[in-house]
Amino acid sequence: MKKLLPAALLLVALTAQADSYSLPKHAAFEEECGSCHMAYPPQMLHADSWRAMMGDLSHHFGSDASIDDKRRVAITNFLLANAGGRKTGDTRDAQGKPLLRITQSARFDKKHREVPAATWQRASIKSPANCGACHTRAAAGEYSERWVQIPK
Amino acid sequence: MRHLLIIAAALFAATASAETPRDFLTRFEKEAGTAASAQRGARFFTSKQGGEWSCSSCHTDKPTQAGRHAKTEKAITPLAPAVNAERFTDAAKVDKWFRRNCNDTLNRVCSAQEKADVMAWLLTLK
Repeated sequence: MKKLLPAALLLVALTAQADSYSLPKHAAFEEECGSCHMAYPPQMLHADSWRAMMGDLSHHFGSDASIDDKRRVAITNFLLANAGGRKTGDTRDAQGKPLLRITQSARFDKKHREVPAATWQRASIKSPANCGACHTRAAAGEYSERWVQIPK
Repeated sequence: MRHLLIIAAALFAATASAETPRDFLTRFEKEAGTAASAQRGARFFTSKQGGEWSCSSCHTDKPTQAGRHAKTEKAITPLAPAVNAERFTDAAKVDKWFRRNCNDTLNRVCSAQEKADVMAWLLTLK
């Protein structure tokens, strides 16, 4: 029993950690990707998704998000170097094409299964892209349930 | 004498890289070849121009206050230079945002006249 407790604690610690992301610093990434939405952790998508996204910024989810070539290349390299690994899970669609929306990934779906459709529509949330509405420490890369507070 | 030269050069470099909001009004008016109209700018800014959004969809129709991105809800600092000293001080930024946001709201680039009108209006806001 005495041995089980540390093991259980370790397990809890590991699970909690799985929902936090270390946020590598990159000034251009933070400025360019963080002006219209939060600069999402690069680990949330695999390299092929980032490559596809950065290859067509003029049509970025219905908006023109084009930037100059020098910055585009620098940010692409940064994203590729910090892209997701095993924990990120499947980020391809049924046809095998890389997904561009984090919110369509298997991991996002699994983690938000308990959130009713109506909750997303609340004026205080409005979009699943608005991580910070519920994940109070999203800006610090902390997504664990402990820091979730779903607004009315 | 040499010191003076260095100071003069530094001053010149500083003025060359940092623009003021008025500089943009002057530039756009010159490109348009006509005087700007703040009244026209207000109308342009607050009404839809063919796209799904107008400028005010994100910047509000009173850009002395903070706005919110119409889709992502991300906070946007006020656009009016009188309340936000960072606005319209960097040509690369100004050109980048006019290019993108005109594309999003008009499905085309803005004319120099349209940009001059908006600048003129923003400069009247206190």
